[in-house]
Amino acid sequence: MKIMVCPLNGSRNISEFVYGGEVTDMPDPNNCSDAEWADYVFYSDNNIGVVREWWLHAATSYWFIAERHTGTDEIVRTYSTSEIFTKRVEFAPHPPEAKS
Amino acid sequence: MPFSLLKYGLKKDYPFEQHADLPTPTKLKASYDVIIIGGGGHGVAIAYYLAKYHGITNVAILEKGYLGGGNTARNTAVIRSNYMTPEGVKFYSESVNMFKNLANEFDFNIMYSQRGQLTLAHTDAAIRGFRQRAEVSKHFGGKTELIDPQEIKELVPTLNMNPGHLPVLAGLWHMDGATARHDAVAWGYAKGATQRGVELHQLTEVLDVIVENNKVTGVKTNRGIVKCGCAVQAVAGHSSLLAAKAGFKLPILSYPLQAMVTQPVKPFLDQMVSSSALHCYVQQTSRGEIVFGGGSDPYPLYNTRSTLELKENLLAHAIEMFPFMANLRLLRQWAGVTDMTSDYSPIMGLSPVDNYYLDAGWGTWGFKATPICGKTMADLIASGGKVPDLIAPFAMDRFKEFRQVNEMGATAASH
Repeated sequence: MKIMVCPLNGSRNISEFVYGGEVTDMPDPNNCSDAEWADYVFYSDNNIGVVREWWLHAATSYWFIAERHTGTDEIVRTYSTSEIFTKRVEFAPHPPEAKS
Repeated sequence: MPFSLLKYGLKKDYPFEQHADLPTPTKLKASYDVIIIGGGGHGVAIAYYLAKYHGITNVAILEKGYLGGGNTARNTAVIRSNYMTPEGVKFYSESVNMFKNLANEFDFNIMYSQRGQLTLAHTDAAIRGFRQRAEVSKHFGGKTELIDPQEIKELVPTLNMNPGHLPVLAGLWHMDGATARHDAVAWGYAKGATQRGVELHQLTEVLDVIVENNKVTGVKTNRGIVKCGCAVQAVAGHSSLLAAKAGFKLPILSYPLQAMVTQPVKPFLDQMVSSSALHCYVQQTSRGEIVFGGGSDPYPLYNTRSTLELKENLLAHAIEMFPFMANLRLLRQWAGVTDMTSDYSPIMGLSPVDNYYLDAGWGTWGFKATPICGKTMADLIASGGKVPDLIAPFAMDRFKEFRQVNEMGATAASH
């Protein structure tokens, strides 16, 4: 079976991992338009080449980044999200419901 | 008769004019009214209906490989309309009806064979879903009903009713379900289109889409630049790459889909049998081979390689359904690159670029829609961009407006 190297758990079978989409810039969820949010959630570059992707090691619920060639399936590099995300993204709490 | 035969026998030349089914034009014209990118089933069907119903014949189909050599040749040829949403069922039912008369229309045998399709339920939740699908199907004139294990046993005596931990509780019996020879469908459409004057250019790859003032004006190919009044892309797995050349993104990811066939055996299975819980569908071709298919690969890839783990999983489930198949040998396997949308419905209609139309997002369900997609896309193109009601729900903008057409449950592993 194909092997992927998890930055936390080391070499594991690819069947232990779940693909999580391309790494793209997230628009500010509190201020962006619906169209911008839809673009972020549903639309993809879907290119052939080395692409930066989200992957999950399902057994340990550990999310990380992989650089993978989408034509040859070669996994070039896997690393912790801390390499590209330096601060925590805070999602604002839901606005309080209007009191009746 | 004997005299004419003798006369021909003494002639130097072959007595009949050589007649090619598919005229092969050698030169690209400088400009066409319509350029269709992609010479698969969908592309040639659009050309056929443009010529037949709208008299538009100044059309070029540009195909980078050969006619019907992509996913048209790789799908497992299931024709059915037992989907979940009214929009989907309405659309696919039209297609199922059109398939019935296609061979007559082409005067060419597409080996259409209406055998019925049976989907198995192993859980109460699946039965609830089936009940809804049966009602939606009946509402739009389809022949679909929920049947019990006794009826399933009578219908498919070779089926194991208790495969492992998943006993068969009920079935969705879709009598309209059919199969046809996929290559022949593309050939029939291509023949009909080219005889009416459409040009099919094989080995002609579109390298770039020329857009001026947000309007498509031509394409750059490996054989030079060709101008056009409008263009439509029907390139399946490579939809996103072509759209990027026209300057926009699609809500699509490309996944490989693997399938395989066994050596031929005596006919034993008339129906197409599928189970979404077992991620497997099985059918016997008219040649006797058994075709196995399942879901797409677990992550996106532009590659048609084969993987052992998919084969092991898929065949383990197929053998649970039909245990005697364990003795059969695999004859060959293949894969295609499928353009999957997140709601498992296609994308048809307008694009962000004027006069540039989309026929994409066909994932694992494109073959069955070939006739109706060709017809409605031809209506769209001929009217200069007026979207027919039947395909309006499948506009790409549905993703921006959060009105997806969810067909995931009715699509997964049964195509």
